[in-house]
Amino acid sequence: MRKISSKIITDIVKKLFLDINYRLPDDVLKKLQIALKKETNTKAKNILKQILENAKVAKNEKIPICQDTGTAIIFIEVGQDVNVTGGNLTHAINKGVRQAYKEGYLRKSIVSCPLERKNTQDNTPASIHIEIVPGNKLKIFVISKGGGAENMSQIKMFPPSTLKKEIIDFVVDTIKKAGANACPPLIIGIGIGGTFDTVGTLAKKALLRNLNSHNKNRIYRNLENEILNEINKTGIGPMALGGKTTALAVLIDGLPTHITSLPVAVNIQCHAHRRKTAII
Amino acid sequence: MKKIQTPLTEKTIKTLKSGDEILLSGIIYTARDSAHKRIVSNLKKIPFNLKGSVIYYTGPTPAKSGHIIGSCGPTSSYRMDKYTPELLKHGLKATIGKGKRSKEVIEAMKKYKAVYLAATGGIGALLSKCVKKAVIIAFPELGCEAIYKLEVKNMPLIVINDNYGNDLYEKNDIK
Repeated sequence: MRKISSKIITDIVKKLFLDINYRLPDDVLKKLQIALKKETNTKAKNILKQILENAKVAKNEKIPICQDTGTAIIFIEVGQDVNVTGGNLTHAINKGVRQAYKEGYLRKSIVSCPLERKNTQDNTPASIHIEIVPGNKLKIFVISKGGGAENMSQIKMFPPSTLKKEIIDFVVDTIKKAGANACPPLIIGIGIGGTFDTVGTLAKKALLRNLNSHNKNRIYRNLENEILNEINKTGIGPMALGGKTTALAVLIDGLPTHITSLPVAVNIQCHAHRRKTAII
Repeated sequence: MKKIQTPLTEKTIKTLKSGDEILLSGIIYTARDSAHKRIVSNLKKIPFNLKGSVIYYTGPTPAKSGHIIGSCGPTSSYRMDKYTPELLKHGLKATIGKGKRSKEVIEAMKKYKAVYLAATGGIGALLSKCVKKAVIIAFPELGCEAIYKLEVKNMPLIVINDNYGNDLYEKNDIK
C-alpha cells in the first residue's frame, strides 16, 4: 500500500482552486483567440476581446475571472493500492475547498438547504465524486462551476427508437433556450447512456477533457463534430448577441445502458471554463 | 459609444435604443434574489431612492485589502423577473444583468419608461475596474447578496430592451 496523507490532499485541492479561479486553461484561451479571428460581427468581436482582456487582468492582478466562483466540483480517482492516512478523505477535500475560498477571496455560493437557503459561509460542502481505480496513484480533477450555465443544463430520458437528429435537436434546443444566461461561447459536456443518475455525472466529467480531444469511439466522435457544427450554425454567438462562435467544444462520453433506455445529459459550461488536474 | 449618467431621466431613457452600446457612469445599486425578495416584501422601507435608479444584478467576490471591490460581473436577470415590474412602477429606470426578461418585465418597461441593459458575463475582473466606490447600504448579513451602492465610471453595456418594446435578443433569435 502507498500511503498518502490527507494533509497533502487538502493542500493540493486548495492549490488547484486558487489557481483555476485566476487563470484560464491554455486550451480555452487558444480556442477563444481562434474564435476572435473568425468572427466578423462587431459585437461578437468586442465580447471576445473583453473575455481575453478579462483573462489577462484576472491573472496579472489576481482578481477572480468571474464573480461566480462556483460550486467546487471534485472528481477523484483513488488507486486501490492507496491508503489515505491522517484523516477522512472527504473531510480533507472539503478542508482544501474551505481554505481556498477563504484565502483566495472567492465567493461563497453554497446554501445548506435549497428551501431555507442559508449560506454555509465557506463554499462547502463541495460536490465530490470518488472512484476506486487500479494502481497506487491519486488523480484529482477540479472545476469551479458557475450557476448560470449549470441552471441551463438538461437531462432527457429518450426511448431507444430515437433518431440521431432528435438527439442533436435536443442539444441545440437546450443551447438556444440557455441564451445569454449560460454565458456563451460555451463548452458542452454530453453524457449518453447509463442511468438517470450516472448520465449527468458522465456529462460533467466530459467537461474535464482537453477541448481539442475527441472521443475514441467513432460514433461519438462524429456526433461531437456534428453537434458543434449545428450549435455554431444557430448564430447565437458570444453572449447571445450574434456571431459564429456559440460553442468552443462539444465533448461526448458514453456508457452502456438498459435495453429500454437512451438517457442524454447536456451539461453546459460557460466560457470561464475553470478546471485543472493534479496527480499524486 | 454614448455616455450616460445616473440617475436616469425619462428624457435619457427615450434616447436609448435596443442595440446601443453605452458607457454608464454614476451611482448604481446591486441587488440579487434575496435582496429583491426583501425589498418587494416591504416597499415602504426601500434602502435607496428608487426614482431614476439603476439596479445591477451582481454578487461580487470579497474585496482584497486595498481593493474597492472583487470580481463583479452580471448574473442571470430572469431570476429577478418576478419582482421587477413592481420596482419599475416605483421609479426604477434601468436594470443591468444578462439573458432574456419575461413578457411582464418588458411590458412594464414600456409602461413606466425604463430600459434593460446587458453587461458581458464572465468578465467580472475587468468590470471591477469600472467601480470607483463600493459601500454596503443594506442587508450585510446576506454577504455577497447584500445591497451595495456603487459608483461606476464608463461601465460598458448594451441596451437589450428599450422603452419602445424592442428586444435585441429576439432580433438575434435564429428560428
